[in-house]
Amino acid sequence: MASSLSERSADTARATGTARPRLSRAERFERIVRIAAPLAIGCLALAAWEAIVALYAIPHYILPGPSLVLRSLIDDWGTLFPSLLVTLQITLMALCVATIGGVALAILFTTSKWIELSFFPFAVILQVTPIISIAPLILIYVDNVYLALLICAWIVAFFPILANTTLGLRSADHNLVDLFQLYGANRWQMLWHLRLPSAMPYFLGGLKIAGGLSLIGAIVAEFAAGTAGAGSGLAYRILEAGYRLNIPRMFAAVILISITGIIIFMAFSLLSHLVLRRWHESAVRRER
Amino acid sequence: MQQKAPEIADVTGSPPLAPDAVRAKPVGAPLVRMEQVDKVYANGVQALRRFDLAVGEHEFVSLLGPSGCGKSTALRLIAGLGPVSAGRVVWPEAQGRAMRPRDDIGFVFQEPTLMPWATVWSNVYLPLRLEGIGKTDAGPRVAAALALVGLGGTEHAYPRELSGGMKMRVSIARALVTEPRVLLMDEPFAALDEITRFRLNDDLLRLWQSHSWTVVFVTHSVFESVYLSNRIVVMAASPGPAVGEVRIDAPYPRDEAFRTSQPYNQYCREVQARLHAAMDS
Repeated sequence: MASSLSERSADTARATGTARPRLSRAERFERIVRIAAPLAIGCLALAAWEAIVALYAIPHYILPGPSLVLRSLIDDWGTLFPSLLVTLQITLMALCVATIGGVALAILFTTSKWIELSFFPFAVILQVTPIISIAPLILIYVDNVYLALLICAWIVAFFPILANTTLGLRSADHNLVDLFQLYGANRWQMLWHLRLPSAMPYFLGGLKIAGGLSLIGAIVAEFAAGTAGAGSGLAYRILEAGYRLNIPRMFAAVILISITGIIIFMAFSLLSHLVLRRWHESAVRRER
Repeated sequence: MQQKAPEIADVTGSPPLAPDAVRAKPVGAPLVRMEQVDKVYANGVQALRRFDLAVGEHEFVSLLGPSGCGKSTALRLIAGLGPVSAGRVVWPEAQGRAMRPRDDIGFVFQEPTLMPWATVWSNVYLPLRLEGIGKTDAGPRVAAALALVGLGGTEHAYPRELSGGMKMRVSIARALVTEPRVLLMDEPFAALDEITRFRLNDDLLRLWQSHSWTVVFVTHSVFESVYLSNRIVVMAASPGPAVGEVRIDAPYPRDEAFRTSQPYNQYCREVQARLHAAMDS
């Protein structure tokens, strides 16, 4: 097929021209501002906080200054870090189980309308009932505290993955479904080559939400377990420090939880970007 | 019959036709027949009623009609996508063997319908992959299909990196990779700009002549159908038997010169008149 060269060459250049375009001055400026502006605001707020604490001589058991919180973070690292690991472990385990369970159930839902109709309402019920109200019950009925915490975190993280993946599996291009049928694709091929890739952007969106939620679920469950629990997660440290009026340590633990949440979010954003960057509109840089 | 290129051909710059250009094969016995086919969708919409169509081997048939007349439905039923409500679609055994839908039918949708997450190569490989043919074995066939549509060298590109015309070429390459005997095309070029559409029309005709496929081509463009087809079946606005049939006896190969010729205009007028009758019916 002798297609015209002009169309071809221009299009091929577009197709293969993956070289990173040089950033304009305005774009470079925007990049710097994007990082510098929130950083400046954060520093200002911390400075103001420190100044107010010093100026009004607020006692540290009421409001410690940022410098004291930082010192506490360093001094108490020996107790806080192992607790962080415990919380992190519960969070990641719950997320893992939620991912596997959510995706598996979503696949099951797409294979049978009846299964979806029968089970989906219960997934919704689990989702809408606040975890803080179920956690004490779970702690009563599940002897193993670690397992109970895991279940709580799982319940919270499970739903966004299930809902998003179900939606994604259903949103495969209908013409492509027809095409697969035309070429005699079996169910497995349809799932593997069409439905799962179609669901990928939705799933990754769900994963991003579930990552944050599983951390929240783990912390909430630890609070519910309280001092009666295994007693080593970050939430337990916050409770314990609260009883001892060790406010700087409470702040330090909160900061650790926030940082963990941020890292989880960023990690999944990066994962999503890496998986989708070549083909999905959400991850592709627009040429202007 | 070799068509005489009138003077105007020189003005438009069309290349002169080689005297021994590949001719289209003569139309053979029916390859597929729709007999009294009804199609009623689950929502109660009747798309086809007592529709008959016979497509001969090596024929290029266009289904033409106002939107909603059921032409896409007819094409999908030929492809075996969904059951007929009444009547039947018959594939008489042709050339001593039965049709194998999987290999023998190539389908091109109105949209390119590519998998956005897969490269051009993987998209074209898809029909072979679904058949269980390994990548190594499929390699030459995929390369050949891409070469046919003039897309060699874009194997690693993703669909979103291609222009509309190139996406459509990928879609056609995918339909050709199984070396089908019948090409079913559902308004494949409707969404393209005119320049690209003309070029793809020419390329499609050239391929059809050299490969002696059978093509069923759904379109709503009178001009496109006259330019491409042996025969145009005009469908009624409301479901029912086809209201008219126009045979385009102009010889192949056809080119820009045909597009501006007197007979072409006459055919267009005739088809247009049939189409108007179809809309009024």
